Amino acid sequence: MNCDVCKQNQATVFLTQIVDGKMQKVNLCESCSREKGVTDPTGFALADLLLGLGAAQEIERSGATQKCGVCGFSQADFKKTGRLGCSHCYETFSEGLQSLIKGMHKGILHVGKKPSRLAKSLEREAQIKTLKRDLSKAVSEENYESAAELRDQIKQIEVET
Amino acid sequence: MSIHNILTNAGEWLRGDGPHSQIVVSSRVRLARNLKNHAFPGWAKKTERLQILEAIKPRVEELPEMSDAFSVYSQDLTALEKQVLVERHLVSREHAAKGVGSAVVMNRRQTLSIMINEEDHLRMQAIRSGLQLKHVFKMIDKIDSALEERLDFAFHSQLGYLTACPTNVGTGMRASAMVHLPALVLSEQINQVIQAVNKIGLAVRGLYGEGTEALGNLFQVSNQTTLGEKEEDIITRLHKVIEQIIEHEQNARQMLLQKKPNTLLDHIGRGYGILLHAYSMSSKEALNLLSFIKLGIDLNFFPEECRQPIDELFIETQPAHLQKGSQQKLAADERDSLRAEIIRAKLKAFPWPDADRVKPPDADPTG
Repeated sequence: MNCDVCKQNQATVFLTQIVDGKMQKVNLCESCSREKGVTDPTGFALADLLLGLGAAQEIERSGATQKCGVCGFSQADFKKTGRLGCSHCYETFSEGLQSLIKGMHKGILHVGKKPSRLAKSLEREAQIKTLKRDLSKAVSEENYESAAELRDQIKQIEVET
Repeated sequence: MSIHNILTNAGEWLRGDGPHSQIVVSSRVRLARNLKNHAFPGWAKKTERLQILEAIKPRVEELPEMSDAFSVYSQDLTALEKQVLVERHLVSREHAAKGVGSAVVMNRRQTLSIMINEEDHLRMQAIRSGLQLKHVFKMIDKIDSALEERLDFAFHSQLGYLTACPTNVGTGMRASAMVHLPALVLSEQINQVIQAVNKIGLAVRGLYGEGTEALGNLFQVSNQTTLGEKEEDIITRLHKVIEQIIEHEQNARQMLLQKKPNTLLDHIGRGYGILLHAYSMSSKEALNLLSFIKLGIDLNFFPEECRQPIDELFIETQPAHLQKGSQQKLAADERDSLRAEIIRAKLKAFPWPDADRVKPPDADPTG
């Protein structure tokens, strides 16, 4: 039996994993298994490998031929490695990735931790947006006193950032 | 601190004094993070990887938790030293294969380990003995919060933390517990347990990912998905499941004691006999037999003093640990005889497995 990855060498590592009640089998040769970290006692590589292989097919199916404008990564590279090139690849290949991510995760929206600095800047953006809306409202109502106040507040926040 | 200190002192999780440590060997949480505006390590060219490394490494080293850290570039470790770290679960096998452009930073107690330029720019993990997932999560969460003050992580408002592999996107978190389940294996209930655990979106793997028949009856239970659920919720869910697995294992042990005491005694007795008298022992055989001695200690067939030496043997008989004391690389048959020698020497101090101490009143161990 030949290796599922390189299709050349004799497979000597046979992996079986049950995911969602479905049995998945992968046969690998010594060097591919090492390369893929399959014998990794930390044990996370198998699912990555399996899902990664599936992932590549998924993107291929979506028919995208584009390259990431930032890092030059292409769908062929994804097919080969099961890994993306950079964080912008998530935008570049978003169409193919969407259904893929939906299939492999519990949800499609991150609900966990956010970087605190980012959380602060998002908060500030929202604040400025509200203030700007209030400002245009004040201007249209010819309430120049509060408009001036709002303008100062916006300036203050923008200076802080 | 030097590699010598790390190699000669076993980490905290190997001392085995955490909660439920008879069944739960260790709890581990790892977070994957990447810098924005840089290609992922697998795609970045060498110069970019070095830039990333130099941007991250000093920030990690200046953390208060890392004041007594062991910090080393991958190319400065020998293959054997890397393998020792792999056997202790302090670096991944993938990271051990890296050379120039990667590094690892770990604290003296070996509870925190930060890999730089593994599959992601940062793979940060905390590991402790026993069942303490919440605690290890807090440890690594604190490190993450401190680092993100200084580093710009790739974060997407919908997808969360962006990772090289889409399977890790979102929280970038993998929480896992290593559990020792000999009675569930002996009573052939293990597949049921694995299926039940899989159904609720958690993964069960063997120590070396060799499918379900794990070496040494050791299994790793971890979350399968990383997007769409809060970190705390994943941890709580996993913790509850591990508690249930502990209960099942304990029930299986009591069942074996009551219904099949001879099977149980036979496994422990044969394990003891072979370990005490063998002159050649593969690491696979060693793990499987040591597992029964460990079970024997849990069930009082052996006195409690035997626990520490057996727990040590689990790691000391691993190929790299075995060779770290010798000057040159050993061939497989040389390793097998050295392994047998080390085991014999330790087991010599052990008393015979004492079945009478635990024998249920109506069972006849000689029958």
